[in-house]
Amino acid sequence: MLTYLLRRLLMALIVLLLAATLLSALVRFIPGDPAKIVLGPRASPALSERLRAEMGLNLPVPEQVARFIANAVRGDLGVDVLRRVPVTQLIGAALPNTLLLAVCSLTVAALIGIPLGVYAAAHRNTWADRLIAVLSVSFVALPTYVVGLVLLLVFAVQLDWLPAIGAGDWSQPGDVLAHLVLPVIALAIVWVGYLARLVRASMLDVINSDYIRAAFAFGHSQRSAYYRLALRNALLPTVAILGVGLGNLLGGAVFVEVIFTRPGLGSLIYNAIEARNYPVVQGGVLVAAALFVFANVIADLCQRWLDPRLRNAA
Amino acid sequence: MSAEPHPLPLPARRGGVTVVRIARQPGGAFGAIVVLVLMACALAAPLIAPYDYAQQDIPNRLQSPSAQHLMGTDHLGRDVFSRLVYGTRTALATALPGVLIALVIGLALGVLAGYLGGWAEGIVLIITDTFQAFPAILFALALLALIGPSTASVIAVIAIAFAPGYARVVRAQVLALKAQPYVDACRALGAGHLRLVAAHILPNIVAPLVILFAMDVASAITIEAGLSFLGLGVQPPTPSWGVVLSDGFGRIRQSPWPVLFASLALAVTTLGLTLFGEALRDALDPRLSRVVRA
Repeated sequence: MLTYLLRRLLMALIVLLLAATLLSALVRFIPGDPAKIVLGPRASPALSERLRAEMGLNLPVPEQVARFIANAVRGDLGVDVLRRVPVTQLIGAALPNTLLLAVCSLTVAALIGIPLGVYAAAHRNTWADRLIAVLSVSFVALPTYVVGLVLLLVFAVQLDWLPAIGAGDWSQPGDVLAHLVLPVIALAIVWVGYLARLVRASMLDVINSDYIRAAFAFGHSQRSAYYRLALRNALLPTVAILGVGLGNLLGGAVFVEVIFTRPGLGSLIYNAIEARNYPVVQGGVLVAAALFVFANVIADLCQRWLDPRLRNAA
Repeated sequence: MSAEPHPLPLPARRGGVTVVRIARQPGGAFGAIVVLVLMACALAAPLIAPYDYAQQDIPNRLQSPSAQHLMGTDHLGRDVFSRLVYGTRTALATALPGVLIALVIGLALGVLAGYLGGWAEGIVLIITDTFQAFPAILFALALLALIGPSTASVIAVIAIAFAPGYARVVRAQVLALKAQPYVDACRALGAGHLRLVAAHILPNIVAPLVILFAMDVASAITIEAGLSFLGLGVQPPTPSWGVVLSDGFGRIRQSPWPVLFASLALAVTTLGLTLFGEALRDALDPRLSRVVRA
């Protein structure tokens, strides 16, 4: 287990290192001079030269990349070129909002999607199963921003039941919750469909296996065989998918945060792109990638810990 | 070529059978209709759309649906229906080449990794892992921030986002096929590497690739519209569903119609293409039912 953990972490670090290299190398190939973009077209040559030196843009590309990575390892992602604030500080302020959004969405999706999948598998080929199948394929197919826009239009603009803008006042939990409802639904809906389909399929696999047939032969009721014996094994693939899910939700969060004008990692990156504020784009995307990679590692480890077959195969 | 009647049904009929199999499932029939409507809109946009997509009519801006304007007008008085019809061109003209390029790159990398193994496999796996370490949309944003928004950039982003998925599927399939006895038999008969791959391995991985392609086109369309919605995709005046969404989003309190109809177009399209892909999967190879998407 320990060697597996170390190997997995090493792989994750290599991937992140390559990702950081890719990101910082890409930034150096931007058409145009980042210093000019920040200072405007009428900046004096001396001033833009000073900013170039400050941003390290006059060094050779490999050295710039190496510097970026060395600094990133020390927790320094550079300085926002417009507001002169450390990028880590901006990310630190934005990240809790995005994580709250992502974790709530994934929880809601699991609480609705998993029971739907189990119900569909236990009532295979009934009208309920077919209804769940239609619903889940529709949910999976819907783009997050379409759901977000329609929710905003109906519940915030037309009916005016829920707030349309911002993340709410942190000193009032009710307000934060009200601001979370629509964004969470928009992000969760794809995963409700996805989990329902996945759980139904893996539940059917398990239900058809020999040990469940044996359980029936030993006199287990359908209820006990399905929910006590089958469900545990059927949920194993879901654990791995939830790790991937957290990372994908970070991507979907960009749209939801822009649509609902919520502060967060997604809207931070989006606004930085609009302002051509590269250090923030670079740092923000790197942090998102790191979260994605480590969520996958943790999901992998959970799966191994839950499944003795995987543990012993290592 | 003998004149004798062939004792077995010829495999040439297979394409026809696939179409029937797809159309027989309700989801597949719906998907097939959506695919046909999309293609018709893209090919015959000037015949279907009642107005030019860029024709402004400021006095009649932000109109509700009416006989003159089926889906109303936007903030410049342009006909929303016409813009959505022309938008199918943008959607298909970015999604299809993007996913096709991804398929070609992924196929090459996947065959290299799966067939050669060793260090080639290691390098390909690290590359795909690295690209898949970013949530696709964030990677697209970072790339577009650098290369600048344009139609070509969107195609490039789609190609880069989907290529690793193809590389992984192709590698897994090639690995499985390489271990088959018939491949050993061919090698024993003196087939070279090129012949083994081109004549004996590739034909057997066409089905999963076709299925994955159909499903990815749906995702690629949502990526194009999403990036255009954020203002980082195709640029006005090119009509894109994402641009209609973003124009409508800015005036959502004055008129809900552009957002509503563009959302509907996207929802029906992605649902239709997904159902079509699933029907295609069931028709081509039922064994793949769960493999491809995992």
